[in-house]
Amino acid sequence: MSIDKNLLHLTEAEQREIQEIVASYPHPKAASLDALLLIQAKRRYISDDMLAAIATLIGISVAELDELATFYNLIYRKPVGQNVILLCDSISCWIMGRDAIECAIKQQLQIEVGETDREGQFTLLPIVCLGHCDHAPAMLINKQLYGDVTQDEVKSLLERHKHGETECSTP
Amino acid sequence: MQHPLTMHCRPVLSDLSQPVGCDSYRFEVARQIIGKVDRNYLLDVVEQSGLAGCGGGSFPTGRKWRLYPPQSERPGPRYFIINADEMEPGTFKDRLLLEDETSLLIEGIILSAYILDANECYVFVRGEYQLAIERLMAGIEQAKMAGLLGTDILGSKFCLDIHVHRGAGRYICGEETALLNSLEGRRPVPRAKPPYPQVSGLWGAPTIVNNVETVANIPNIIKNGAQWYRSLGRNGGVGTKIFGVSGRVMRPGTYELPMGTTMRELIEDHAGGMRSGYRLRAVLPGGASTAFLSAEQLDTPMTPAAMMKSGTRLGTGTAIILDDQTCPVGFIANLQRFFARESCGFCTPCRDGLPWVSQILDRIEAGKGRAEDLDRLSDLQNTLAAGNTFCALAPGAMASLQSGLSLFRDDFVRHIEQGACPWK
Repeated sequence: MSIDKNLLHLTEAEQREIQEIVASYPHPKAASLDALLLIQAKRRYISDDMLAAIATLIGISVAELDELATFYNLIYRKPVGQNVILLCDSISCWIMGRDAIECAIKQQLQIEVGETDREGQFTLLPIVCLGHCDHAPAMLINKQLYGDVTQDEVKSLLERHKHGETECSTP
Repeated sequence: MQHPLTMHCRPVLSDLSQPVGCDSYRFEVARQIIGKVDRNYLLDVVEQSGLAGCGGGSFPTGRKWRLYPPQSERPGPRYFIINADEMEPGTFKDRLLLEDETSLLIEGIILSAYILDANECYVFVRGEYQLAIERLMAGIEQAKMAGLLGTDILGSKFCLDIHVHRGAGRYICGEETALLNSLEGRRPVPRAKPPYPQVSGLWGAPTIVNNVETVANIPNIIKNGAQWYRSLGRNGGVGTKIFGVSGRVMRPGTYELPMGTTMRELIEDHAGGMRSGYRLRAVLPGGASTAFLSAEQLDTPMTPAAMMKSGTRLGTGTAIILDDQTCPVGFIANLQRFFARESCGFCTPCRDGLPWVSQILDRIEAGKGRAEDLDRLSDLQNTLAAGNTFCALAPGAMASLQSGLSLFRDDFVRHIEQGACPWK
């Protein structure tokens, strides 16, 4: 009966959506990443329960799915805040002063890279080149891309996301 | 100067809210070709055009396509995959095409798939490219409405579906066989070659993987012919290329220019030269996996052959400028940190070697370098050279280290002797 118990963690609508993704590929396993991204968009991160439920629906082992979940930069296996800040740390952004932006964010939120602030509003993570090098330094907050970021505007940018003035779903 | 690839791009890139030229796109080339022109003839045109892969490998596209067995030889599923997993640091050219030339790209996909007789296409886009994904979805819908996707396209019996696959971010997924594993829902580590994807790719079926920019060239090549495309290049180059410049130049950005334009022209004429107070020291000509081009080598034409002669590679054609007020050791340390983090961990030299390189460089940059560190780096550079690792990730990482160690030897030594970074 463990199968049914695993599935209880997903709503019926979520189960249906995952089944639709599975049906859209010639092989069920190929749906793994889409399913993880789908559930993460709804629930912000992939908990152990979610992982087990998704694996059950796809018909693969939990270990097989975790092998993927832990591999990718954009799948979160630990809880993240309401907003996820992905601050580019690749070469062009580094030249153009991304370290100073990182300091400003850390100071504003009183956190280190990889942490979530006390209010559970923001998680700060590093990301590889965002392909916005002509507007370095660049960062993504949720789905919103920012370029030519300056230290001075960090505070107001964060305030805007905090008060939900921009879309608030995780990528 | 012709710029067929970026014809529809908005002049000012600040307005990202509206797609350009999407609704009015007519797919004229596809309409004239599909079901009407012989596939072998079209393949000849692509081959004669001299089009080479724009994702960094510069492999001739026609030759790659020749290795794809025809439908008669290998019936069953056949795949065509677009590599839009643009993650090479300093590279931002495919984003431009995905977001602004979506319809041209889709027409390129339709024509390429027609030539190859492939019926399923996956566009593998990196998950961070949100706008690109939205535009692609909209563009595919538009092409469907126009009758250019689906079954029996334009009454030709040719069928094609395009699926957008959203990646979840790992550099290694840009390696074509790792990309296939990722699509299949396996851990994306590279596969052994041979067999090559053309013969045994996605789920064991014949598969072609092409970069976004490569495929976006196809409609204009088919429309105007191989000779026209060849004539666009200069200094031994063929066609046009989307070049890019980032770093402390006046106008960082993307520029579609004749292949073979010199690096100096790109930087000085198009990107406006260095910002005042900054001097150019060296350039990574085509992303993080290429070797440095020194300030004395700026007159090198940007073609795969000329770049190789200058000891580096054209790569993705997006130049990263190292200026005199940026520490070269810090610069190289940043690159190696990226590679160490993005190693897939499958083969030992890469998994263990890159973090080692990265730690040594961080130590030197922090002023704690030891006399023997430079020898150790040279040693590791040989250990991680081509042939010693499973794929090209680590050898690519070594390109900047090797050339940087010889070009900036004095700077490395100064860090170690002074026990501090002179730029801090």
